[in-house]
Amino acid sequence: MDKIKNNKAWFLVLPVVLLVAFSAIIPLMTVVNYSVQDIFGPDNKIFVGTEWFVFVLQDERLHSALARQFIFSFSVLAIEVPLGIIIAMCMPKKGVWVSVCLVLLALPLLVPFNVVGTIWQIFGRADIGLGGWALNALGVDYNYAQNAGDAWLTVLVMDVWHWTSLIVLLCYAGLLSIPEVYYQAARIDGASAWAVFRYIQLPKLSSVLVIGVLLRFMDSFMIYAEPFVLTGGGPGNATTFLSQYLTTMAVGQFDLGPAAAFSLIYFLIILLFSWLFYTAITHFSGSQ
Amino acid sequence: MYRKRKLIILSLYLLALLLPLYWLLNMSFKTNQEILSGLTFFPSDFTLANYKTILTDSAWYSGYINSFIYVAMNTVISLTVALPAAYAFSRYRFLGDKHLFFWLLTNRMAPPAVFLLPFVQLYSSVNLFDTHIAVALAHCLFNVPLSVWILEGFMSGVPKEIDETAYVDGYRFPRFFVTVFIPMIKTGIGVTAFFCFMFSWVELLLARTLTTVNAKPIAAIMTRTVSASGIDWGVLAAAGVLTIIPGAIVIWFVRKHIARGFALGRV
Repeated sequence: MDKIKNNKAWFLVLPVVLLVAFSAIIPLMTVVNYSVQDIFGPDNKIFVGTEWFVFVLQDERLHSALARQFIFSFSVLAIEVPLGIIIAMCMPKKGVWVSVCLVLLALPLLVPFNVVGTIWQIFGRADIGLGGWALNALGVDYNYAQNAGDAWLTVLVMDVWHWTSLIVLLCYAGLLSIPEVYYQAARIDGASAWAVFRYIQLPKLSSVLVIGVLLRFMDSFMIYAEPFVLTGGGPGNATTFLSQYLTTMAVGQFDLGPAAAFSLIYFLIILLFSWLFYTAITHFSGSQ
Repeated sequence: MYRKRKLIILSLYLLALLLPLYWLLNMSFKTNQEILSGLTFFPSDFTLANYKTILTDSAWYSGYINSFIYVAMNTVISLTVALPAAYAFSRYRFLGDKHLFFWLLTNRMAPPAVFLLPFVQLYSSVNLFDTHIAVALAHCLFNVPLSVWILEGFMSGVPKEIDETAYVDGYRFPRFFVTVFIPMIKTGIGVTAFFCFMFSWVELLLARTLTTVNAKPIAAIMTRTVSASGIDWGVLAAAGVLTIIPGAIVIWFVRKHIARGFALGRV
């Protein structure tokens, strides 16, 4: 659609700009301000330049938190995206069951983050939770509070439970927008199920998958409340992801300088990866 | 055969989805004694005492009221500022429009943890700390960009000829926008409101940090079931169930459009 060039449109976006400036630019500038100073008290601070950035970039604990975060985020994408596509393809296309399935699928998305943690905290316990009890009854020695591997897997399963529906709903909407004649043509040509998926469904899905992958990457990279409630970041540091690390540093230990420097790096990583995904996927779908 | 396999996969997935929720619901109707004495698939001693504890204690139910107040405020603010902006993005080209749009989206990508401390300082300095409006404004950080994004998608689906015809008919912009345009995209507005509700309702980190007593959200109060005598599992489960109910109700109203909303109005 051709758009009219009209700079008066700025008046229409002005309220948004002012509001977001208030709630984003001022705080972001405060963070920048912290990141270059060493603060001892309200009137006692020294300009330290890039010292905190150097300090943070060399911090071993941060490297391991970052590594855990990347492994977690990529595991989340590797499981949720294929699973979401499969479930979306299994959904009925019409009938009364469509509404029921949609509501059931959307249910986990509306659960407050920390309640998700609570649900799995209860569900995974061997003494009072169905999941933990069943695993132990099957002979698996499972305890998310003590075994680091179990804790990590529980957080991963919890995230899959919580967010796969998002991918399903997106893909379902994408699949519905494919006209029936495409499938008829494929049937006449004798195309295999794989060929139908590869050449008809996947290209249609790519636009919604861009959004899905972006949202899932951003949100899994910011995950905080769910592991915090479930495991408190432990055992050890097995499930301490970046947000929790940052929160402990800023609010718990009140290390403002390093926390601020780290915040900026954190934000830039998310921006960089979102941009990379975006260009990679649009490039991929453009070359079809 | 092929359809049967699809049905089985879907059923298994939905079952896995519902199992933890069923367990929470099941537990909320049990006494603590029954919960701790062993696994039962249905409450043998069915009780509403856990819900009664929550609904009669103001320390508990005020949490729900606080959550509702700031969620409602946030939805209204987000929609009010996002509507004209989304119209501008969908209809006009203007200086820096693409950069502005991307900048808005970067706020959706910003981890709330980054803004935690500055927010506390900012809202304290304007005397808004521990008020509903502070949480509502803080949640605008991610809800406003999202609203602009979704609404822009829906508005771009409305043919531009409608605007042009209306202007030829002598409508001026404000009247056209309110009486003609907004009714045309009411689905989009409904879906956007749903998303604002959802993301504000589920967020905990900012809501918890910006409040201490007066505006404390239910999600933060839930962490207090841990006491010296251990965790009150029954009440915790009941509180969890009560936080899911509002979501379940609003989903029903937008069930047909929810997918389009998640695709940001672009399917």
